Amino acid sequence: MPKMDRMLSLAIVLGAIALVAPLVAPNDYVVGVLARICLYATLALGLNVVVGFAGLLDIGYVAFFGIGSYLYAFLASPHFGLHLPFLLALPIVVAGTALFGVLIGAPTLRLGGDYLAIVTLGFGEITYLLLLNLDRPVNITNGPSGIIEIDPPGLLGHVVSGNTQYYYLFLTVLAAALIASRRLQHSRIGWAWQAIREDELAARVMGVNTTVAKLQAFAIGASFAGFAGALLASWQRSVFPENFLFTESINVLAMVIIGGMGSLLGVVLGAIVIVALPELFRDLAAYRLLVFGFALMVLMIFRPQGILAPSRRR
Amino acid sequence: MLDALGILPQQLVFGLALGCVYGLIALGYTMVYGILLMINFAHGELFTIGAYVGWGVLVWLINAQLGGLHPLWVVPVLLLMAMTVSGVLGVTLERFAYRPLYTRGATRLGPLISAVGASIFLQNAIMLTQGARMKVYMTNLLFPRNWYVHIAGVRISALVMVMISVALSLMWLLNLLVQRTTLGRCMRAVAEDREVAAVMGVNVRQVISLTFLLGSALGGAAGVLVGLYYTQIDFFMGYSAGLKAFTAAVLGGIGNLRGAMLGGLVLGLIESLAVTFLNPAYRDVVAFVVLILVLVFRPTGLLGESVPQSNKV
Repeated sequence: MPKMDRMLSLAIVLGAIALVAPLVAPNDYVVGVLARICLYATLALGLNVVVGFAGLLDIGYVAFFGIGSYLYAFLASPHFGLHLPFLLALPIVVAGTALFGVLIGAPTLRLGGDYLAIVTLGFGEITYLLLLNLDRPVNITNGPSGIIEIDPPGLLGHVVSGNTQYYYLFLTVLAAALIASRRLQHSRIGWAWQAIREDELAARVMGVNTTVAKLQAFAIGASFAGFAGALLASWQRSVFPENFLFTESINVLAMVIIGGMGSLLGVVLGAIVIVALPELFRDLAAYRLLVFGFALMVLMIFRPQGILAPSRRR
Repeated sequence: MLDALGILPQQLVFGLALGCVYGLIALGYTMVYGILLMINFAHGELFTIGAYVGWGVLVWLINAQLGGLHPLWVVPVLLLMAMTVSGVLGVTLERFAYRPLYTRGATRLGPLISAVGASIFLQNAIMLTQGARMKVYMTNLLFPRNWYVHIAGVRISALVMVMISVALSLMWLLNLLVQRTTLGRCMRAVAEDREVAAVMGVNVRQVISLTFLLGSALGGAAGVLVGLYYTQIDFFMGYSAGLKAFTAAVLGGIGNLRGAMLGGLVLGLIESLAVTFLNPAYRDVVAFVVLILVLVFRPTGLLGESVPQSNKV
């Protein structure tokens, strides 16, 4: 049986389960968790473009999530008195975040491996500190109090409200992100990224413009995060610097890695595990991070390629 | 601006003291990276644990009412206990969380994620056992406020002098060990090329364990010094200190021991300048901007990196 058909039927089954999930969910709280899974899976798919496809280790990725959230908050809240409609604000947010992706990506082009990681970490910290402190001398981010009363998304005259509606919105976005990722993976850019990941020098020798390809990875990865950030801001109706701490970057990276880097279903699985597991152990809330840290170590020891390791062409 | 210039010498002294401590922590990162090409993310937590051990011992000594708590013997006791616990923990971590990964030749990301896991695990273990509230180091019982000297109008407290001298002597001892002893030669050999060193009869595993022991012990010592200096510790302190120290290691040239010390000093001084002339809230921003600039314009750090060429990616 052709592999493609099997993947397609699997996707259809999973999609059907996802569609009916809120109907069988016991309460609204669970629907909220499901919505969060979709949102973070979208975010993780963006990081997967950078880390999984292009092999560029970004451990400050949440910076783009934060930039996207704040851009949306600037455009649709009483903070600056702007109330752009959701569908108009979104493209601006996505383009703005992608621009930041290029700006942050550009200085790191010459750096490899761990140096890249540490620079992205530095950018992540700087972004957080700026969000926290740019309320003086000119109030841009409103500092630690964050931005509140952000407009909910309005789609063609309908204002989204309630966890179930948000769930379907996020699920649609996730589906689009999955399709976009799959198309990217098998596109000319996708092959260039994978060539860079496996061997940058060889890729360059074969005629891949590594500079352009890396910047594309950063820009596209960042735009996913910007999109997810705008959704987060409109769902929470508020954004705070604390939403974008380093630990969030690590959480998203863990989603990409534990599922199996580069594997799209793996990333979604990773998002489910990282978002849902702590919720399942809510009674043991104090211990959940302890268990999470331990689980990361154990997983790396016994399954270093992730749960669903993709087959790589060598 | 004139005010800022007035307090500058004082701030530089603080920067120097903190810089020495950053250098001490940075040594742990740089030694491990020099041999395994791995960022030991949990190193910051070993530093935190050192601070807690020092705090515990200090509280015990005060409660025991031995009388006459003189820093001349108390500080070495605190350091020794903290270094022992952090060192042993570092070796344990390497044995159980990292060794299974790098001996199998897994991807470079594996050990990094495992280290992140270890860091989260240790941080929460500290929080659960010691509570989330900060602990207070009773530094003033050891170093009375009137213990200071004035040099050219700059007030240098006994504590700052102890910090600087402890950090510098530990660095000097480490340098001696690495440059002058057989053990040190083995360490340098493994850092140069692990496989060739093994063929030449070096017990590579033992050397790696020893590297973790030394690096973690220095981190533990730094924890005590920072605890005494800031007088407040909490389970999260290792995060930002670790980040700074790693910055210092990269700044000086990773894998390079002298580079780590220099990087720590430079970072401490830059931060003190930032505090003096800019908004103190931007202290860390300045530190990271410097890091990024160095990496972009001089990716191998100030003194050049020194990492294994054979298994460099």
